[in-house]
Amino acid sequence: MPTYTLKINGQARTINVPADTPLLWALRDHLDLVGTKYGCGMGLCGACTVHLNGAAVRSCQTPVSAVGNTPVTTIEGLDPAGQHPLQKAWCDHDVAQCGYCQAGQIMTAAAFLKQNPSPSDPQIDDAMAGNLCRCGTYIRIRAAIKDAAAGHTSQKLSLRGDRLQPGDAAIHLDRHGGQCPPRDAKAGFASGQPAIPEGAA
Amino acid sequence: MKTKRTPDGGHRSPLQDLSRREFLRVSTLAGGGFVIGYALPGTAFAQAGNALDNTARQFTPNPFIKITPENIITILAKNPETGQGVKTSLPMIVAEELDADFSTIVIEQAGLRGDVGAQFAGGSRSTPDNYMRLRQAGATARVMLIEAAAQTWGVPAAELTTDKGKVIHAPTGRSLTYGQLATKAATLPIPDEKTVRLKKEGEFRVMGSRVGGVDNPAIVTGQRLFGIDQKFPGMVYAAYEKCPVYGGKVVSANTERIKKLPGVLDCFVLEGTDNVTGLAPGVAIIGTSTWATFSAKKQLQIEWDESAGAGHSSEGYAAKAAELAKAGGANVRNDGDTAAAFASAAKVVESAYSYPFLNHATLEPQGCTAWVKDGGIEMWTTSQTPGSGQDLVSKTVNLPKEKVRINFVRGGGGFGRRLANDYMAEVAAIAMRTNGAPVKLTWTREDDMRHDVYHRPGGYHFLKGAVDAQGKISAWHDHFVTFGFKNTEKPASGADLSKDELPARFLPNFRLDQTIISTMVPSGPMRAPRSNALAFVFQSFIDELAHAAGRDPVALRLELLGEDRIVPSSPGQQGPPYNTGRMKGVIKLAAEKSGWGSPLPKGEGRGIAFHFSHSGYIAMVAHVVVSKDGNLRVPQVTAACDVGPIINLSGAENQVEGSVVDGLGTIWLQEMTYEEGRAVQSNFHDFPLLRINAAPERIAVHFLQSANPPTGLGEPPYPVVPPAICNAIFAATGKRIRQWPINKSDLSWA
Repeated sequence: MPTYTLKINGQARTINVPADTPLLWALRDHLDLVGTKYGCGMGLCGACTVHLNGAAVRSCQTPVSAVGNTPVTTIEGLDPAGQHPLQKAWCDHDVAQCGYCQAGQIMTAAAFLKQNPSPSDPQIDDAMAGNLCRCGTYIRIRAAIKDAAAGHTSQKLSLRGDRLQPGDAAIHLDRHGGQCPPRDAKAGFASGQPAIPEGAA
Repeated sequence: MKTKRTPDGGHRSPLQDLSRREFLRVSTLAGGGFVIGYALPGTAFAQAGNALDNTARQFTPNPFIKITPENIITILAKNPETGQGVKTSLPMIVAEELDADFSTIVIEQAGLRGDVGAQFAGGSRSTPDNYMRLRQAGATARVMLIEAAAQTWGVPAAELTTDKGKVIHAPTGRSLTYGQLATKAATLPIPDEKTVRLKKEGEFRVMGSRVGGVDNPAIVTGQRLFGIDQKFPGMVYAAYEKCPVYGGKVVSANTERIKKLPGVLDCFVLEGTDNVTGLAPGVAIIGTSTWATFSAKKQLQIEWDESAGAGHSSEGYAAKAAELAKAGGANVRNDGDTAAAFASAAKVVESAYSYPFLNHATLEPQGCTAWVKDGGIEMWTTSQTPGSGQDLVSKTVNLPKEKVRINFVRGGGGFGRRLANDYMAEVAAIAMRTNGAPVKLTWTREDDMRHDVYHRPGGYHFLKGAVDAQGKISAWHDHFVTFGFKNTEKPASGADLSKDELPARFLPNFRLDQTIISTMVPSGPMRAPRSNALAFVFQSFIDELAHAAGRDPVALRLELLGEDRIVPSSPGQQGPPYNTGRMKGVIKLAAEKSGWGSPLPKGEGRGIAFHFSHSGYIAMVAHVVVSKDGNLRVPQVTAACDVGPIINLSGAENQVEGSVVDGLGTIWLQEMTYEEGRAVQSNFHDFPLLRINAAPERIAVHFLQSANPPTGLGEPPYPVVPPAICNAIFAATGKRIRQWPINKSDLSWA
């Protein structure tokens, strides 16, 4: 089996794999870098996006034999301390639902922002159109990219809710909109009893 | 764990029935600190329970809260996480009553255990089923920490308050952290649960705030987190090829040749079982890497018995439905006199609607990791029903249930797909053949697309409606042509229609007839089962009647719902009562916030839809733009939701936004079709997901904070999206979408 020495996240890593092994599976199974995800195996979903010499590519469509000396960057190596502005913006906006596609989304966005540091909204959509999100977090992806581009991110990767105050998100949320039905004092929310009887749903 | 299906597709456990008899117990940890858990009556706390036994009989210490003297506060995330946000929101409930600083808390993902009630992710039940018990767990701990401080300082407990993980004695300015009090608190008797005061709504600091997902940092830095990421020493990899025809069997396979391929360790046929959601017959390949197994899979030559699929095609089903429509169906419900109402109607509208089978298409394909060791099997699963998975594995590989140990790992999307555990049965059967090596099964996308173990079932509705001279809906007749699984007597899973589904109960003259087509394509629940199709049909047809009557679609809907009241379920029906006031509240809110009624240029339109499912009341207004040549764009969707108070505003809003994008992509782009019993679609080129450049430009989410207990939000916002979009397309173009997906229709206008 051929031997390949790859430059991954600034380190030389040597593996023995068949020449047709996609970079995706070399990373995941042989190099223990599992942040890069398998979604479709056809370059349709973008979950496997990594950087080759700074350009976003689909690692499921990139055989190890074609990588050569080109530096590879994965989500694990995007920022040495995991503090890339996009990573922070993704947490600021609580983008993820299941989170499976998000490493690929961030890698595509990172390569894009290097090319175009001040993108317009349509440019963001064009750049990100190759990355699918099954949970439908596109609204927040747009907002996070805009914040990262504008330098409006937390000082560090926020853990929980550091910047998640109402109004931060690009979308409007009016939690007190409309009128509330009168509260039943004896059977209100605090007691956990339904003010209005509900059957077993 | 055995679960029973609720009318709207949820799963509930018999354990839920015990909730009121549960009580809190506390034990001292070996190293100090204390643990609070739920005990069931008749069980001895000191008894060393078996963590693998998921029944109410055996007791196991069950920490929802763990506080160490080092002041590390750990809260258990009890349910599986597949993107619905419960790994964050359920611990928030505990932290609220504990009065802890949520940003400092360690969240521990539970595995399957016997002492925390039902552990599943389905039916939007996580919030309503766990809300009170998690509050009590937090509040009981807080009371005991206060008592520990009172004894330490020799002051009345009434003089003490708590704030962000500290007990405070304001008169003397003293405070102690929960960690400093943990060892003492562990020695105290447990107060009667009923005497423990819960916070009032105005005192909430954690609940109702915006909190980021607890796994966010791991997600954005690519750490090992998901099912597909699992790895153990000596692990081997597996792929599994099943018959493209559902129910097909292996006749022969070139396993000997496959075994000789590079990186392949073994290849064998599994006979499988008849359980549609269990172990299907197929050919397993074990190898040294995922790619070795995927490559070998392409070299498989298998002779299948595909006879089960003969004569089954989507085109055939549609033709059959049209034919059956002419014959009429079996009457299911008949209120009033529809014939007389049609005869005296001012206008009668007749329409035929159809919707296709759908794939769940979670972005993480199905898979699972298993390790046979110590006389049992340990599994790392993304299942939404891990208790059922344990049962299935136990039966499939003939191991006692307590020998099947289940860990939960984050799933890359659920949407109801992972309510089934077929992949668990497969990897368990394979793991019995790896000589004790752990094995990870990964499905290809093609496996996942073709073998969604059950699809959202398609269906056909032949509708006739009438409006009277006053412009009111006066009659409704639906002939529902649906599918039965290999029979024409009983609708397949997810293919049934409640006799009470709106507008039943809301119209004096209502008739529902039903005919069943036999299919061999397995069907089952997908996000908001039944509702996800029925809302499209019924909310679209109500719109047709509104336009026929020359009525405003919002006004007609409010009139249909009538006075604010509770509409009970019909005798013999199990559905929940319908609160018209709550529904009207969200309709009015959505209309108001969307600018309903303000003029729009030709080619633009707004559409409204409302729906009640999974205890949630949702209304939605879509604003679409259709170019003259028929290109669709969605500038804005406005959602109004009444699911009671919100636990995590960020997560809740995200679920609604995601439902809008999901619903738009589904109605616009998606269908599964079948030829001779096999799925035609195989990957995202022929089963597309919505892309960011087609997503709505803005999604406005409004929560009506009603005084009802909080209910779930993973499903309720989804069903209203297709009809809101289609009604908006009609308003923009005059073209009515009656066939799902939209991209089958020409939207151009002049």
